[in-house]
This record gives sequence, structure tokens and C-alpha cells, in this order.
Amino acid sequence: MEWVNAVVQGVLVGGLYALFAAGLSLIFGVMRLVNIAHGDLIVAAAYLAWVIVQATGLSPLASLILVIPLWAAVGYLLQLGVFNRVLGRDILPPLLVSFGLSVIIQNGLLTIFTVNSHKLNEGALETGSFEILPGVAIGYLPLMTFAAAVGVILALQWTFYHTALGRAFRATSDDPEIASLMGLDTRRVYAAAMALCFAVIALAGVFLGIRSNFDPFMGPGRLLFGFEAVIIGGLGNLWGTLVGGVVLGVAQGLGAEVDPGWQVLAGHLAFLAVLAAKPRGLFPRMAA
Amino acid sequence: MSEPLLSVEALEAFYGDARALDGVGFTLARGETLALIGANGAGKSTLLKSICGLLASKTGRIAFAGQEITRLTADAVVKLGIALVPEGRRLFPSLSVEENLTLGGQVGRKGPWSPAALFDLFPILKEKRHQPSTSLSGGQQQMVAIGRALMSNPDLLMLDELSLGLAPVVIKDIYDLLPQITGRGLTVILVEQDVTRALASANRFLCLQEGRVSLTGLPREHTRAAITHAYFGT
Amino acid sequence: MIARSTRLSQAAVVIALLLVAGLAAAPWWGDVATERLFGEFMIYLALATLWNLLAGYAGLVSVGQQAYVGLGAYVVFSLALLADWNPLYAVPVAGLVCAAMAWPVSRLVFRLQGPYFAIGSWVVAEVFRLSFAQVQALGGGSGKSMPAGVIKLISANKFWREATIYWLALGLGIGAVIFAYMLLRTRVGLALTAIRDSETASVSLGVRIERVKLAVYVMVAGLTGLVGAVFALQKIRISPDAAFSVNDWTANVIFIVVIGGIGSIEGPIVGALIYFALRETLSDLGSVYLLILGALAILVMLAAPRGVWGALQSRFPVSLFPTGYRVLKSKSAE
Repeated sequence: MEWVNAVVQGVLVGGLYALFAAGLSLIFGVMRLVNIAHGDLIVAAAYLAWVIVQATGLSPLASLILVIPLWAAVGYLLQLGVFNRVLGRDILPPLLVSFGLSVIIQNGLLTIFTVNSHKLNEGALETGSFEILPGVAIGYLPLMTFAAAVGVILALQWTFYHTALGRAFRATSDDPEIASLMGLDTRRVYAAAMALCFAVIALAGVFLGIRSNFDPFMGPGRLLFGFEAVIIGGLGNLWGTLVGGVVLGVAQGLGAEVDPGWQVLAGHLAFLAVLAAKPRGLFPRMAA
Repeated sequence: MSEPLLSVEALEAFYGDARALDGVGFTLARGETLALIGANGAGKSTLLKSICGLLASKTGRIAFAGQEITRLTADAVVKLGIALVPEGRRLFPSLSVEENLTLGGQVGRKGPWSPAALFDLFPILKEKRHQPSTSLSGGQQQMVAIGRALMSNPDLLMLDELSLGLAPVVIKDIYDLLPQITGRGLTVILVEQDVTRALASANRFLCLQEGRVSLTGLPREHTRAAITHAYFGT
Repeated sequence: MIARSTRLSQAAVVIALLLVAGLAAAPWWGDVATERLFGEFMIYLALATLWNLLAGYAGLVSVGQQAYVGLGAYVVFSLALLADWNPLYAVPVAGLVCAAMAWPVSRLVFRLQGPYFAIGSWVVAEVFRLSFAQVQALGGGSGKSMPAGVIKLISANKFWREATIYWLALGLGIGAVIFAYMLLRTRVGLALTAIRDSETASVSLGVRIERVKLAVYVMVAGLTGLVGAVFALQKIRISPDAAFSVNDWTANVIFIVVIGGIGSIEGPIVGALIYFALRETLSDLGSVYLLILGALAILVMLAAPRGVWGALQSRFPVSLFPTGYRVLKSKSAE
């Protein structure tokens, strides 16, 4: 029964990983950018929420009202001020800039908040759960996280295919030159995409912070999980990313059952296995 | 209306260090259809890109409806009323036919063109409006590309190599529809490899050769030989 | 008539030889601290030169080279700890093991393009780190020290031990630069420069891109493994987090190459000098120092993407390591 429980918990944590991955997938789809600081931005959002919670007394989930728009604004400005200047045919500059950003964020957080871990406290919601089978309990928080992931994917899909903004994203991703001939300012389209990505990052950060302790150096680990979920699921497919997250979560859970030290390693090995057997992922939709 | 709609002076354009246009100058009156001819590499597409703001690396002066547009980016230029049907169509593969058209109209300029008007002009597109744009035949894609440009209700429409990659029958169909488009007082620059067709559809022509204007005027005023000479520079 | 070297590059060779001789004599004119500093400089020079070959020339941006640094270190450590080898003999074995390991790794990570390759290589490094953390015989997650008896095998005398390790590091640093220089002068090198300038064009010209990339990846992995091996000799104590540290072996290296200049041989040298100068002057700032480094890397990418050396070169077209040919004006041409 512990194995069944491991699988169930793995599925649920897959929702959190899908939240990590959704932003990555969105940005790569629109502007072919992989932001190495993505994980660090998730952690930084958790810190931002912590500051707001301390300052206003709001609960972490309630603080999202402030964290999400604030973080979206930061993303908008970051794209306009930094990433727009290095986007182009060469993959090296944006990658290296995001790498520098990652180091800046980690060390900035370290300087401001010290190396001690922090946590966001949501009270009863964190520990509450209901049993579906003897020995298999579904926690309210993991369930909410999974639901949030589904909600985010639905919202992103709807935005992409049923709004003018999403149409602008698709057109600019297809052909930035001709998109500008349609009157689209591609710099602002990219900034809007990054703002949307940061909104998802903020959500992911708060859920991460409620679920576990966080410290300035957790970022890269979250980036790797998000990345693995994207690759396992298949490029260009947000629902695939959810599946990828679940596969990763389950692999990690099963690994932990064998030996707690094997948890993260099992996930990485599952990723490499999928890479070996199905290089384009389980449900690929676009060319890399 | 004595003031020209478009005026280009001493235009030089560069791709990196390579000079593609070397001192091009001409004016265009409202309602004219100008045929832009020249051999491959003469600079025709470069000239169109320079006018609509896709090519930033240039010196000289471009004025449209009395306003200087030399330093403007493409998204600003299209808002002023210049539209380009690019070489090779370049539809958005991720968008349906209808989405390509509505995107063209999101600039929000007032005018006679709308999806309904375009579906009247190109009925086949109405049938296929929800299909991905790149699933259409070459000729149909060309119609979408033209429609997309018209959706911005431009005062100046630039058409780059309409006939590229299309069968002669299809080309003829499209050119037969041109008068319906230009008949509403639209000013047009037409780039076309097929010189005969280009001269037949226009009331004035401009011939480029190695980035310079080699000949310009009314088609009937110049002999075949003169035009060939201007084209090839022999 | 064509020639490769210029007066300046010929002068540079002479100066370089004198410099190397001086550095080699460091055990006599300097103290252990000096040897260690220079040794560390040489190690970073080697890593930076190799990373530059991968990223700046072959277009393989790897954020996972720490996999081979750590693997090389662990090979030396394992042979010394478990098989009582003289660690010195284990060094070349480390290089070979890493080169061999690079082949199956490449079969996996080469399936990923561009930035995804970067992160994929990082995952592989993490797999190595986590795997070694599971091996209790080697100290597991907290690591272990090399037994004193084995260390003494390098040399019973501390002076010669420090000197030997130092010379190894020196050889690696200089060797890496020479390796890069020689490689770029060969046909493979020409292919690499073509790939650097335009991948699509070089494919159409018949350059067997995949072969070249694999060859470079494997060679660089092997040499990176040697660096890890020398690191193990220096530190004497090994742990997975230190051996496979992305900050120590990749972040610093990337900053060195970015600030110095990607895509040239001189760039990593300049970058390493700047990096160490900054470190010596700013090190007491702790994490603020790293923050400054990251900000500097971003500024360089925004303002001068070809780094300090690239910026210098656009002003004064010099090349200390010329890899191309120039046409000389011949007197009889006119």
C-alpha cells in the first residue's frame, strides 16, 4: 500500500512540477528563450510572498493578489530592459544573460535573507487531508496545487487560441518580421509573454513556499524539474507538460520508496530514459 | 492633389556592410500604380522593405503623406497606411485563414476592407476560413496574403512578386482581380519578375539595376530594347 | 605568399616561453601559497579554454562540464583509496575514463537542441553527483579524505609533492591553450571555426557537423577529467558537492569566458586574469562579489558580446594566436 501511496503522492506533486514547467514552455514557444534563472525566479517569488505576508498579515494564498501582479510587472520590465536586447538568432547571449541573472538572484537572496530557510504558513490547509484508501491520503494543499496547474494550463491554452493577445503570441513566434508588419510591436509582445510567465512563476513560488522550506539555492533544482517535465511531456504541448510532471513525480516517489536518497536521482534517470527512448517526448507537438 | 503620396530621396540601404540600394529617388502620386522591375538582386525587395520600415540600416529620406517615415519601425509605418504583401506570402502557419486576416486588421484603420468584403472578393477563402493558413494552395495563400494586407486599409499597397511559385492560370486569376482592389483609389507599388505583366498592370514603371534607378516613365514611351537595356545594364 | 604568424604573434611566442619558464620555476622563487594560486589559475584557464572550444566554436553550450571534473576527481580518488594506486598514475586514467564516458552521454544529450542541451548536460552532472553520493565506500554524501600513506606516494617530500601537483596544473593550463590552438589550426579546427561562424552554411559545405561535435565533446571531456584529477590531488579531500559543484566548475568558468571573450583563444586567458584580479581585490565581499560577477557578465553580454578581448580586437586587430592565413604582399606582384 505504501507503493500505491507513493504513486498517488507522485501524481499530485506532478501538478507542482507542471506549474514550474508551464512558464518555461510558454516562453520557449513564443520566443525560443530558455531562462536559466527560471527556478531562481520561482524561489524569489516565494521570498516576495514571505515579505508581503510579514508586512500585511495576509495568508500566503491571499497574498497572491499582490504577488502575481507585482511579479508580472517585474517580468515585463525584465524582458523590455534585458532580454529584448539579446534575443536573436544566436542562442548564446540570452542563455548567458539568464545564467548571470541566476547567480545574481541567488546571491541577492542570500545577502538579504541569509542562508536560513524560510517557509510560508497556510495553517490548516497545509496539513488537512482526506483518505481515499487505507494508507492513501490526499492532502488539501497538493490537491489544490494540482488543480491550480490544470487551471493554469486551461487559462494559457484559452489565451493562446481565443484571444487577440494569444494570436499576437502565435504570430510573433511564427514570424517576428511579418508580425511587425501587422502593427505588432514585437518588443511588447515578448514583454507581455514574459509578464504572463512571471504570473505563473509567482503562483508556483507561493505553492512551493507553502509546501516546503525554501532557501536561496533551491532555484536550479526547480529549473531542472520543470525542464524535465517539459521534455518528458513533449515540446509545445502544455497538457503533455502536465503528464511529464506526473511521470517525474511518480518516478521520484517510487525512488524514494526504495531509498530516500534515491528520490531526485530516480527522477533524473526517468528523464534520461524517456530521452533515450522517445527523444521528442511522450506527446510532442512542435519541432525543437 | 499636387503633393506626392510617397517621396523617396537619395535612399541608400545596407545589409551589414553590403550596400543594396545606392541613391534611389522617386515620387509616387495618389492613385498611381507603379511597376517596380529589375533583375534578381537589383534591390526591388530591399526598396519595399526600406519603405515599410523592415530594413533599418539606411540613409536618405522617405516621406509619406507629408510625414517623414525614414526612422520609423514597421509597426509604426503600417499604422500610417502602408501595407506590404511580402515576397513568398509568409502567412502565419499557427494561425487560421480568418485569424491571419483579422490580425491584419488589428491596426484599426478605417476603410472599405473587412473580412466580409474580402470574402466577397475571394469567395474560396470564406469556405476555408478556419483552416490553417498554410494548408491552402499557393494561389489561395496569395489571396490570404493580399487580404491580410488590405485589412489594414492602407493608402499605399506594396506587392512583392505576386506570381512567385504560382501556376500561370492562377497568376492570371489574381491579376484579373487587381483592378477591383486598385479601383478604389489605392496607390500601388507592384514588384514583378514578369515584366510584360507588370507593365500591363501599371501606369508607370521604375527599373532598378544594381541598386540604382536605371529607367523610369510611362510604359508606352519606351521601347522594348530600352527597357531590356535598363533591366540588364548591358 | 601566405603566412600564418605575424610579427606580434612571433614576439608573443618568445614572451610566452619566458613566462612559462618563470612560472615553472615558481617552486623555488615562490612559496606554497603562490604555487596554489598559480595552480588554481592554471586549472581555471584550462577549464575556460575547453569550455570556450565547446561553446564558442562547436556551438555546444554545456552547463554540465562539472560532470567530468567530478568524475575525474573520483577516478583518482577511488584508485587511490580503494586500490592503493599512486595518485599520479591515476591522473591519465581519469582522463581516459571521462573521454570514454562522454560517448554514451553524448548519445543522450545530443538529442537536445541549443539551450535544452545546456540544461540536459546539467541533469547528467546531477546524476553523476547523486550517484557518487550513494557510494558509501567513497564517503557517500559527506565525502572522505585520501589516506596519508597514499598521498605520500606522490612524493614523500612536501616540497616535491606541492611542486609536482603545481607542475601538473601548469601543464594542464598551458596544454589546454596549446591543444585549442593546435586543434583550430587543423582541418577539424577549420570546421569548428566554420561552425562558429555559420552552422547552416558549414553544413551545406559538407562539414560533418555531428562528427566534429562528437569528437570535440569527447576530447574536451577527457581533458576536463584531467582537471578534475589534478583538483583531487590538490584538495586531498573529496565530496560529491565539491567535486560536482556547478558554481565552482561551471558558473565561474562561464563568467571567465564571457568577460574575457567567447570564440577566441585569447579570450579565456584575458578572462581568467580579470577574474583572479577581481577575486583578489573583492573576495572579502563574499556573496556580493558573486553578485558583481553575474552583473558584469550580463553587462558584457549587453554591451560587448565578444568580451574584453573582442572589444580590444575591434580597435586593434591583433591576434596572439593566429589561426588563419594572411596574404603577404609580394614585391613582384605589381
